[in-house]
Amino acid sequence: MSPTDSTRLPTSRARIPQRTLRTDRWWLGPILTTLGLATFVIYATLRVFQQDHYWVQEHHYLTPFYSPCIALQCDPDAALLGRLPVEFPPLFPYALVSLPILLLFRLTCYYYRKAYYRSIWQAPTACAVREPHRTYTGETRPLMLGQNGHRYFFYAAFVITGINTWDMLIAFFHGTDGGFGIGLGNVIMLVNVIMLWGYTLSCHSCRHVFGGRLNSFGRNPVRYWMWSRISTLNHRHMLFGWFSIATLMITDAYIALIASGTIDDLRILN
Amino acid sequence: MSERVFRVWRGSGDGGGLAEYRVEVNEGEVVLDVLHRLQATQTPDLAVRWNCKAGKCGSCSVEINGHPRLSCMTRMSVFEPDEVVTVTPMRTFPVVRDLVCDVSYNYQKAREIPSFAPDPAKKPGDFRMQQVDVERMQEFRKCIECFLCNNVCHVIRDHEENKEHFSGPRYLMRVAELEMHPEDTADRRLIAQDEFGMGYCNITKCCSEVCPEGIRITDNALIPLKERVADRKYDPLVWLGSKIGRRPKDTPPVPNVGRYSNRT
Repeated sequence: MSPTDSTRLPTSRARIPQRTLRTDRWWLGPILTTLGLATFVIYATLRVFQQDHYWVQEHHYLTPFYSPCIALQCDPDAALLGRLPVEFPPLFPYALVSLPILLLFRLTCYYYRKAYYRSIWQAPTACAVREPHRTYTGETRPLMLGQNGHRYFFYAAFVITGINTWDMLIAFFHGTDGGFGIGLGNVIMLVNVIMLWGYTLSCHSCRHVFGGRLNSFGRNPVRYWMWSRISTLNHRHMLFGWFSIATLMITDAYIALIASGTIDDLRILN
Repeated sequence: MSERVFRVWRGSGDGGGLAEYRVEVNEGEVVLDVLHRLQATQTPDLAVRWNCKAGKCGSCSVEINGHPRLSCMTRMSVFEPDEVVTVTPMRTFPVVRDLVCDVSYNYQKAREIPSFAPDPAKKPGDFRMQQVDVERMQEFRKCIECFLCNNVCHVIRDHEENKEHFSGPRYLMRVAELEMHPEDTADRRLIAQDEFGMGYCNITKCCSEVCPEGIRITDNALIPLKERVADRKYDPLVWLGSKIGRRPKDTPPVPNVGRYSNRT
């Protein structure tokens, strides 16, 4: 072997034919994620296009899938921001403004990106598992650059979560005999709003806007305080992401069951 | 004491395969101990890189049952009693021999990062940083450069052609550290995207999962850097605000390294 050969740097990787040598159940996470996301998408699609059973007049329960209700067909009391002067055709969501924003907020969310890149797009399916694609450009191509707009969907989602909070509060003041009252529906809506705020405020863009973009925390103590509180929530962003879609479905299903007359609301107080 | 089956990848860039060994394992041992026993008793020519045996030098990075890990920090007790343990070199880097890889790609990427750029008017000793600002960057300073994050990152692990354009999580974290530094006057957001490949990262968090130091690479470095890139390149409101206010100069790429090596 010549001195040149001995100092030559290798250029080839170890040729290991297996896609992965992992022996754990690495495929379980992506399957559960896909099932979870598919359940939500199918349920939300069916309910959004149903155009019915979204409002309980007696207790002012409005499902979050129809808030704010802006179609002419909406019950006047359910339309917090007023109604458009046109009737929506069949299969047209009554919450036409908020739903696309909320969908895009979740679609561009840093957690959900991880979830669907892994489990649906399989880039990669799991860590140290070879992905099936021949080429990869990540988020560099024009279509994917839209992911950088996450902050704008966060701003809009912040406002919509405020509207959901108002819907939840209003319902407390519509007891069976009028005035203040608490039913199981109120509790479910309250938990849902807490989860929605948890998800919205734990967002990575929120963390950036409130303080992460600063280079010096020492010179901005108030924003540092906000950043550190949001960082605490941010550790649980995935948790809030899943809990909030679960509470959205539970809230909607409960209100739909009452609105359709299938069950009565369980009243705790008035 | 018990006997375990180890499958160890033996070979070089020209070819190789898994060789099977039966080897003694004692209570409290780590995978590196067993590899050393193999060297001592059965296969003295087995190539293994190691140094501190304390999880601080980052030398003994390998893949154990498919997981990128430090062999000195992987206890044998994490495996089932009858589980076969497979040890292979890191897949992302060229293999020198057996379990030893050539990780010079990482050093090349490190050289391409423009160094700390303080205000020239400030004299040594003039810097005053609050503890909260120090702590933010000290998390990244825990890195032991084991390169497990760069190894597991699918951008270069599964697509070697991206190596030229992508620095990997370890060095994007370094760019983020400098970009967040209160005393650094440079604007590294454009080069983070255009030269170091921030846009290739699809934040699947494998780098954070394998980091033996527990650095939250994705949440604390990569996503904040992506948000800063969005500020600089993709957010019209922030762009407008920066036009009205003062904006630091964009940092030029480092000449004479990487794809600029032909420039003088």
